[in-house]
Amino acid sequence: MSASFTKSTARNIFYGGAVFFFLLFLALTFDTTQALPKRDNRVNLTEQVARGKNIWETRNCIGCHTLLGEGAYFAPELGNVYQRRGPEFIKAWIKGQPTGAPGRRQMPQFHLTDGELDDLVAFLKYSSEINTNNWPPNIEG
Amino acid sequence: MSTSTTAVLDTPRGVEEHAATRLKYRSQAVAKPYFIAAIGLFFGQIVFGLIMGLQYVIGDFLFPEIPFNVARMVHTNLLIVWLLFGFMGAGYYLIPEESERELHSPKLAIITFWVFLVAGALTIVGYLSVPYATLAKLTHNEILPTMGREFLEQPTITKVGIVLVALSFLYNLSMTVLSGRKTSVSLVMMLGLWGLAIFFLFSFYNPTNLVLDKYFWWYVVHLWVEGVWELIMGAMLAFVLIKVTGVDREVVEKWLYVIIAMTLISGIIGTGHHYYWIGTPGYWQWWGSIFSAIEPIPFFMMTLFAFNMVNRRRREHPNKAAVLWALGTGVMAFLGAGVWGFLHTLAPVNYLTHGTQLTAAHGHMAFYGAYAMVVITMISYTMPKLRGREANSRGAQKLEMVSFWLMTLAMVAITLFLTAAGYVQVSLQRMGTTPMPFMAAQDQAATYYWLREASGVVFFIGLALYIISFFVKGKTDEAAH
Repeated sequence: MSASFTKSTARNIFYGGAVFFFLLFLALTFDTTQALPKRDNRVNLTEQVARGKNIWETRNCIGCHTLLGEGAYFAPELGNVYQRRGPEFIKAWIKGQPTGAPGRRQMPQFHLTDGELDDLVAFLKYSSEINTNNWPPNIEG
Repeated sequence: MSTSTTAVLDTPRGVEEHAATRLKYRSQAVAKPYFIAAIGLFFGQIVFGLIMGLQYVIGDFLFPEIPFNVARMVHTNLLIVWLLFGFMGAGYYLIPEESERELHSPKLAIITFWVFLVAGALTIVGYLSVPYATLAKLTHNEILPTMGREFLEQPTITKVGIVLVALSFLYNLSMTVLSGRKTSVSLVMMLGLWGLAIFFLFSFYNPTNLVLDKYFWWYVVHLWVEGVWELIMGAMLAFVLIKVTGVDREVVEKWLYVIIAMTLISGIIGTGHHYYWIGTPGYWQWWGSIFSAIEPIPFFMMTLFAFNMVNRRRREHPNKAAVLWALGTGVMAFLGAGVWGFLHTLAPVNYLTHGTQLTAAHGHMAFYGAYAMVVITMISYTMPKLRGREANSRGAQKLEMVSFWLMTLAMVAITLFLTAAGYVQVSLQRMGTTPMPFMAAQDQAATYYWLREASGVVFFIGLALYIISFFVKGKTDEAAH
């Protein structure tokens, strides 16, 4: 860096750049929140979905699975599991855990009631209908 | 600039070298327990990393005692907490020295330490001793549900505790800065730390709408690690470089401003690279791709910065290990955050790689290279002083440098094997006309997972040697050449 480029110039670029781009980010955030109602499937946000999301969170599902590609990479993507497996399979699968197959990855038994299973499935169905710009690339997630 | 890069002036013996204590201000000593706790928690993090690594190939290892999700929660939360301990220790050491006065309240710093350590320990014990749903019930998550989101798994009450600890810490440091000398290093450090606390507040916002939840979750996670944490990192690195190289502060601080300017110019809008596939508008693919493509630049400048300052050094600091960690931070942060981030940041690439082992590869090297290493750099420079000497004995430093190479090379190996696993996963599960199911693709990557685990064992050995290096005695060679 040349000597004519002083520390105070650098400092001004820092403050100016930080403020400008943070404001731009806020503007984009505002625009995003305006665009979301058409994309985020909020019309289907029912009480049941809310209960399902709470079950999703309090069982720490994200500690093994991904949802819309975010989470842990130990177990399958669940953003599209509703289309991949269907509601009955999902409920039977959760009820049947752990498989106990030696050496295979194991999912805990969460002792969910039938009502709670329906809530969770409702949440996964809602999630699967969010407009994700066609992600994931195929049904396997 | 014209100064020679090779001329090494005679070693100026600072006044402090003859003082009974190596600390300029006695209250800097409060940093010591923070650093010790950081190293202890780092050790715990790696133990759980090894457990998870093994669970990738022996799926039922330690099941049902420690299911994978619990091990991962402990692994990532310990990482965050030990880095926070490191940042806080760095703050308590650096701010008095930069401000040229004692810390506002050393007593408050020690109380804060114990509150944070006990709260952190209780949270980890909670993760390990009861099912997560029980922990949620015990801590009344229903009052303000914030649990169960990646990295923000802590019970709401723990999150409140983190805010209180951060406020106490920031109050203490801000009061010190306000009544003392204000330098660019301390200003940038404080900006970063305040930003850390402010953006953490978004962890209390958890709407039912999954898209909004995810959108603002990144306000914590991305604006931390690709935003304000880089300010903290830059300030810590600048502080150590000024100390070990004796290069003029004006030069160092100019670099610091340019680096963090580029960090925020690229990194804030760069958040967009997380907004491709979570329900947000398609234009984020443009914003995210373009801005995150320039995110490697500040990291590359960090590398140039570290090497430049060391080449232009005006003194031979006896703490060679600290200099090595500082240089290593520059290189590894660029590789991990810069190169491995760029690898999958462009939207068309990310469409295929999103949420695969490639993300894990990037995460490991970036966190180690940027944040773990900068904290260790700070510890390496300050710990001898906190223990009453300018630098450790030759033997201790030699062992510390061995541990540097073992951990760093092991992390390179972990990253390469996870990248290979990611490649297998992407090509089998995401591409082609007959994509494989998740678990079938995972089985195909098993060899790479075994190699990753072996590399993890090497990392663990490196960490053990690092800890042992603190106990190696021997005569301190003040003017080692």
